[in-house]
Amino acid sequence: MEQGIWNLETLWFVLIAVLWIGFFFLEGFDFGVGILLPFIGKDDTDRRVMINTIGPTWDANEVWLLTAGGATFAAFPEWYATMFSGFYLPLFLILFALIFRGVAFEYRSKDKLPQWRTTWDWLIFVGSLLPALLFGVAFGNLVRGLEIDAAGEYVGGFWALLNPFSLAMGVASVVLFTLHGAIFLALKASGDVRDRAAALSKPLAIAATAVMAISMIWTYLTSDSGFVPGMLPILAIGLLGVVIWLTREGMFGWAFACTGLTIVAVVAGIFVGMYPNVMTSTINPDYSLTVFNASSTTMTLQIMTVVALIFVPIVLVYQSWSYWVFRERVGREDVTASTT
Amino acid sequence: MEDVLLARWQFGITTVYHWLFVPITLGITWMVAIMETAWVRTKKPEYLRMTKFWGKLMLINFAIGVVTGIVQEFQFGMNWSTYSRFVGDIFGAPLAIEALLAFFIESTFLGLWIFGWKKLSPKVHLATIWMVAFGTMASAFFILLANSWMQYPTGYILNPVTGRAEMQSFSEILTSKVLWSHFPHTIFVGFATASAVILGVAAWHLARKRHVVIMRKSAAFAGVVLLVATLGVALTGHYQGQVMVEVQPMKMASAEALWDTEQPASFSLFAVGDKENNRNAINLSLPRALSLLSCNNLDCEVQGINDLQAASVAEFGDGDYIPNLFVTYWSFRIMIGMGMLMILIGGLAVWFHVRGTLTREKGFLKLALWIGIPAAFVANAMGWIFTEMGRQPWIAYGLLKTEVSNSPTVPGAWIIITLIGYTLIYLALALAAGYLFVKYAKAGPGEEETAEDVAASMVY
Repeated sequence: MEQGIWNLETLWFVLIAVLWIGFFFLEGFDFGVGILLPFIGKDDTDRRVMINTIGPTWDANEVWLLTAGGATFAAFPEWYATMFSGFYLPLFLILFALIFRGVAFEYRSKDKLPQWRTTWDWLIFVGSLLPALLFGVAFGNLVRGLEIDAAGEYVGGFWALLNPFSLAMGVASVVLFTLHGAIFLALKASGDVRDRAAALSKPLAIAATAVMAISMIWTYLTSDSGFVPGMLPILAIGLLGVVIWLTREGMFGWAFACTGLTIVAVVAGIFVGMYPNVMTSTINPDYSLTVFNASSTTMTLQIMTVVALIFVPIVLVYQSWSYWVFRERVGREDVTASTT
Repeated sequence: MEDVLLARWQFGITTVYHWLFVPITLGITWMVAIMETAWVRTKKPEYLRMTKFWGKLMLINFAIGVVTGIVQEFQFGMNWSTYSRFVGDIFGAPLAIEALLAFFIESTFLGLWIFGWKKLSPKVHLATIWMVAFGTMASAFFILLANSWMQYPTGYILNPVTGRAEMQSFSEILTSKVLWSHFPHTIFVGFATASAVILGVAAWHLARKRHVVIMRKSAAFAGVVLLVATLGVALTGHYQGQVMVEVQPMKMASAEALWDTEQPASFSLFAVGDKENNRNAINLSLPRALSLLSCNNLDCEVQGINDLQAASVAEFGDGDYIPNLFVTYWSFRIMIGMGMLMILIGGLAVWFHVRGTLTREKGFLKLALWIGIPAAFVANAMGWIFTEMGRQPWIAYGLLKTEVSNSPTVPGAWIIITLIGYTLIYLALALAAGYLFVKYAKAGPGEEETAEDVAASMVY
């Protein structure tokens, strides 16, 4: 395994980590907005304001997930095959959630019938909560290790995925994304929605710091050999501590940067901690899938690298531009002139 | 039921469903882009109203295509892990590139298009829908790149150490003749489907003398696109047939229920198979037509199922290498029949438009709505079913059989749960999408004069 880190396999491991970071950073606040929908959206117009803060950009945020999935398939077929077949039922629930949530954004305001709108609003809530929880559970299992057999297949079944540690990671990710979403709303909405989001972000920041601290300590206890590197988790907890203060001072721009960096630090910490494993076997360490034994050929990795080097910067440019175009706050006056 | 059969049903149901919506997207994005171009150039309000009206129907359809597409990407790993391990070195790259090149473009620029009416200048706004249109086409290209490789593996070597297919030449994969016959066929299909839908909806309004100015323009536009696109579908389909005879002769033979090699070969019009005795009980056929379809002359030899089966046994060992003939034979015929019907409808639309009687042809307006739209969906579903069922028993042609490609650790119960789950979810989506589509289609265009008017009605 002494192959060093200067190779294409490691580069693609890093790129996939970057894609997950991008996904959780961006879709993290989308999930948060969806989870907060019933709590901050007191009436239909409020809820429309909330949805429209993420309206133009949520779909592209979700593409980070699809790209992470595609990149995993292309660069590490063994990892893709084991993970997607192993996390079968949780992934189905995630798909169920993402399907209804995506359609709900597009469809909810296209009919005035109250039952129609309420139904889609609940689907947005559930469709945001479930993935926020289940991605945390999935990454909890990646950190903890899974029952991978000699053939590289996951053989632990469904219930083993719902272990206390991974569920705690799921709860932590829900709280963190909810906080991220509340701070996002405090930045992007105006009026009552902004005020309620700002108020709610204060207790959420305390809760997020607490659950993240618990899950970090638990992670250290679960792994026997300093599994997670020291700096990143401390950075993550420290940043959340700062967020408690920033939300009290009303400095939401900085608070958003800090929750964003927390997500970066946590995901980076998980990936650094796993390396060079991508799926750690709890049956026998030799059965673990690593960046080297799960990867595609050098030729495929080279082609993918060229494509990524050209197109990732372009994607970043136009996606940033779309955030710039929709930089203004969204208020009730922006959504009340519907002609439906 | 065997696990692999359950997984196949799941793939079949989710793919055919996805493929009901995606062809509309492939064509309608371009057609809406053309309408908006007309508005930006002429500033005539009717083009803006057309853009908004058809644009809304586009969005109702687009959403379902997007969310059902996520299932497709995940499904390879979930249900077909053995396949994914075997081909991932080649098959994964197009999926990743599709996400990076196409999905980001589609999602980002569609967001800009929906929400940017007031925030972007008309020209920049117009550019966003063209980007979406380009993105959908790029998406079709990369997913067909992946599918074409399954149909006709090229540019690979079998690595005995890793036991998988590995990439040898990316350019060979990119220049696969199956890809370059599938891709244009699919794009024409997209335009044909979208224009059939637009023509049908416009016909409904014209028959009721509603929104006559906009609907007449829309119907004329859709009629021309329909005629050109369906002719394109037929021509590219003909080319596909020739490629198929060359690289997947069993698929062509099964499409024809051609048991014995013939020279010249006749095209079967109606047959009742007799699989027990490897022959047809009844067969009505057109002499020499299959030779013409297969190789552009009236006299060439077309290989039959019995010879091809024997050849496969000699090459790959014992086994049944014959696809489900009932499905291949009839899906092929229904696809072609529906395609012919659509050519006719497109031709009539253009004919009546040129004569200036389009708005008065009561019978034709009914035909365009009640036959034209269903024909498109039936043809699309049958085409897809044919091309996928016709390559069975192979998942990667000549390399890996479907029966050994599913996920070994996924129990049948999980597949049943998710199969029922997807079916119910997709049923609910179909009801919601159908309800909204009909509602907005019937409501017709509004009275918008400016981009600001449109902006208010586009937000979520």
